[in-house]
Amino acid sequence: MTYLADVRALARKDLLLELRARDTLPAMLLFVVAVFVVFHFSLPARSSDLAAGGLLWVAVLFTALLGLGRAFVPEREQRMFDGLVLAPSDRSAIWLAKALATFAFLALAELVALPVFALFFHGIGGATILAFLLADIGICSVGTLVGAMAVVTRARDLLLPLLFLPLAIPILIGGVGASVVAAPGRYLAFLALYDALFAVLCWASFEYVVTE
Amino acid sequence: MGRSHRIPLPALATAAFVLVTTAVALVFFVAPTDADQGFSQRIFYFHVSIAFTAYLCFGLGAWKALVHLWKRDPNADLESYVGIHQGLIFGSLVLITGSIWARISWGHWWLWSENQLVLFLVLFLFYAAYFMLRFSIDAGPQRANLCAVYALFGVVLIPVSFFAIRLAQRFIHPVVFTRHGAAFGGWIMVTYLVSQAAMIVLAYTLYRVELSGKRLDARLRELRRAYA
Repeated sequence: MTYLADVRALARKDLLLELRARDTLPAMLLFVVAVFVVFHFSLPARSSDLAAGGLLWVAVLFTALLGLGRAFVPEREQRMFDGLVLAPSDRSAIWLAKALATFAFLALAELVALPVFALFFHGIGGATILAFLLADIGICSVGTLVGAMAVVTRARDLLLPLLFLPLAIPILIGGVGASVVAAPGRYLAFLALYDALFAVLCWASFEYVVTE
Repeated sequence: MGRSHRIPLPALATAAFVLVTTAVALVFFVAPTDADQGFSQRIFYFHVSIAFTAYLCFGLGAWKALVHLWKRDPNADLESYVGIHQGLIFGSLVLITGSIWARISWGHWWLWSENQLVLFLVLFLFYAAYFMLRFSIDAGPQRANLCAVYALFGVVLIPVSFFAIRLAQRFIHPVVFTRHGAAFGGWIMVTYLVSQAAMIVLAYTLYRVELSGKRLDARLRELRRAYA
């Protein structure tokens, strides 16, 4: 039970920080709407709805990248990492809490982005929403781990997309597949499999990312 | 390092040279010309065996990464890095040979419908990022840990991407090319097995050469530091 209490305390800290400072979520919202406008002008007239549906996934992936890039910034700027690692709790709790907080930001961003997309382009089905939910789990679990890696390197913000995008390609395939085909079951199952596999891997290996 | 049970490097290099020469001779002069695709089909003996070797190298890199995290073997980090480096070299060769074949067979340098090629492109991007990661942290236990974790992600990513790319075919390329029929026996089998052995021995030789070079570098640096 102490594990869950640790996770809750850590996640609460992130959400409180965001509530007070408000520097991640508004940026993500503004970014995703701006990307939609850019997409509108990069899709010539008479391009299919399918193209717009695919671009929605790109927009969400980049928005997630924006949020993930900010995820460990407070820890870095306030030199909090050492404190967290030294705290008498399991290190994987740090990962789980951060992934949950990032998931909350991303889900909130999508809560605005998907209706805006429906307004600008075309309607979105239930399978797509379910696919986004599953994809968010994968994006946040892998992204949080990779974000913790990138933040200790010299290249920092430059490195995160490079480390993250190759790992996110299967998520994109599953998500776009679930949004464009008539029977999305196979793609949703694939996304769930990805989530399970990588969540366990991230959970088990986070300790080595933050300790020496 | 006290690893006397290993095959000495000169013997390995000779074996690699003999095997590669035999493989080239078999591929060009002995293996029968494919009735359907003609002479260009011969590149498959190299393409397939290089691809398999690249997987072995990535697997070796991940295995050494696991050994590093698990047993804290001080050599494992460098061995993992060198394994992945060889994997990336062989992976680039897969992209090049696949591209040449695609050009001759289909008239395009790149084919999104070739699963193997697309998978190697994803892996190439992934492992290139591994090098970016490695070279933007100072050497030390933290770098070894981060690289080991990322290398482990690679071996999970390979089957997941393979599966994902096959899934993507269903909505991106409804037509799936299948290569079937060719009886896989006789000289074809022998030629393939020899080229496969040649590539594996070649990769292992290069791995050992690079490893001993890197160790020499490290020792030289230590001596310089002690002297200064």
